[in-house]
Amino acid sequence: MPRIVVDEHTCEGLGMCEAMAVDYFEVQPEGLVRVLDEQPEPDDVEEVRAAVESCPVMALKLVEA
Amino acid sequence: MSASHPDPRRLVVVGASLAGLRAVEAARRRGFTGEVVLVGAEDRAPYDRPPLSKAVLATDGPREPPTLRTVLSLRAELGVDLRLGAAATGLDTEARVVLLGEEEVRYDALVIATGAVARTLPGSEGIAGVHTVRTAADAAAVRSALDAGARTVVVGAGFIGSEVASAARARGLPVTVVEAADVPLIRAVGAEAGAVLVDLHRAVGTDLRLGAGVAGLETVRGAGGEDRVAGVRLTDGTTVPADLVVVGIGAAPATGWLRDSGLALHPRDGGVVCDATLWAGAPGVYAAGDLACWPNPLFARHDEDLMRLEHWTSAAEQGALAAVHALGLAEPQPLASVPYFWSDWYGHRLQLVGVAAADEVLRADPGTERPLLLYRRDDRVIGALSIDRPAEIMKYRRLVAARAPWEDALDLAGAGALQPAAAPPSGS
Repeated sequence: MPRIVVDEHTCEGLGMCEAMAVDYFEVQPEGLVRVLDEQPEPDDVEEVRAAVESCPVMALKLVEA
Repeated sequence: MSASHPDPRRLVVVGASLAGLRAVEAARRRGFTGEVVLVGAEDRAPYDRPPLSKAVLATDGPREPPTLRTVLSLRAELGVDLRLGAAATGLDTEARVVLLGEEEVRYDALVIATGAVARTLPGSEGIAGVHTVRTAADAAAVRSALDAGARTVVVGAGFIGSEVASAARARGLPVTVVEAADVPLIRAVGAEAGAVLVDLHRAVGTDLRLGAGVAGLETVRGAGGEDRVAGVRLTDGTTVPADLVVVGIGAAPATGWLRDSGLALHPRDGGVVCDATLWAGAPGVYAAGDLACWPNPLFARHDEDLMRLEHWTSAAEQGALAAVHALGLAEPQPLASVPYFWSDWYGHRLQLVGVAAADEVLRADPGTERPLLLYRRDDRVIGALSIDRPAEIMKYRRLVAARAPWEDALDLAGAGALQPAAAPPSGS
């Protein structure tokens, strides 16, 4: 099962991930993303993968466990 | 005429920046095993452009923008036939070949992603100290001048120019921004938000000259015998001394190489006219990124209502979709997309989702220093602009994407506290 990993030093809180997969990502008021659920449901993996790849600063990874 | 080849074996992508890279990546991820050729005019691996006017200009930032994917990775992992430092010079859609000078590159499927080039100031050619910010080399030159303490004049109060002004003020350097219009960025954000942006500039001591034009450049003979900029003459007769002039007056689609291709180019700016699936009108040919004009179903009022965006997210999204469509890897779908961009001004994060061509604009943040403006067309919310509200902006983007009623945006903002946006100032 793949797992979502955020590089908090790189994240700028631009929010594309939240736009693409609202059940998994939420930008916080201080400008960093919070991962709501690290383990995407099997049906959501493609949506989460698209969200990860949409990051403008490449701060997200989907790591195969 | 069918839009894609029945059995494409060879994908050619012209343009090796974000849109072109995403095209190549999407083709491989979706299982395309044929040949992939990626052509890029700049002789370096695809790199990220937003940092060119942000981190690369910061005192503590990197001097080079991040590489999006290395040459090694493109060749070894994605099996790409990479042609860097090669500018496309022509396209023959009958013979299905792209011309790289004398060389002909045959394609079954083609993605056009050559982007845009910065518009320049007439008469500034060859004058040292005058720059646009489009490439890594441009940004490096501007960074060096700022680090050396240049007195800076920015021509054009757009996003690039404002980010350059921010970098200058962060160093305590004097900076003048010259803008022809009475309100900055009026087409991109509307008059109401433009007035907010004026305040951002002036609050930190940027000398913003609105309704002002450039009459000419003053030059001196530089140490190497070159003509070097020394000042900018304005149309009001004043001259602003300058060691660095950054021209940020927009970009034009880089489609000169398509002039004789038979593809439809938009009379307004030379962008490639596409249908809603990004098909450019010739078999197997799709377009993506800064040069693609398409009817975005979320906003178009009619088929001729074409949108062209120069945003990072659009280039990424369109590049992938254009390749998938060109290769017939999925049933062609219209691209319904909510524009999104961000810009960093004087330590503030500006974000806009949707479009600003509205029937009504409401300022939804009375009494705060973090503006939030909402844009209504008919009974829908079609856009939102925020400053320093990173946790909120994507919630509005979802409303815009869902064609949500205006009331939903008002509810999200906390209705009752709303007031019409202040009228923009007349003149400066």
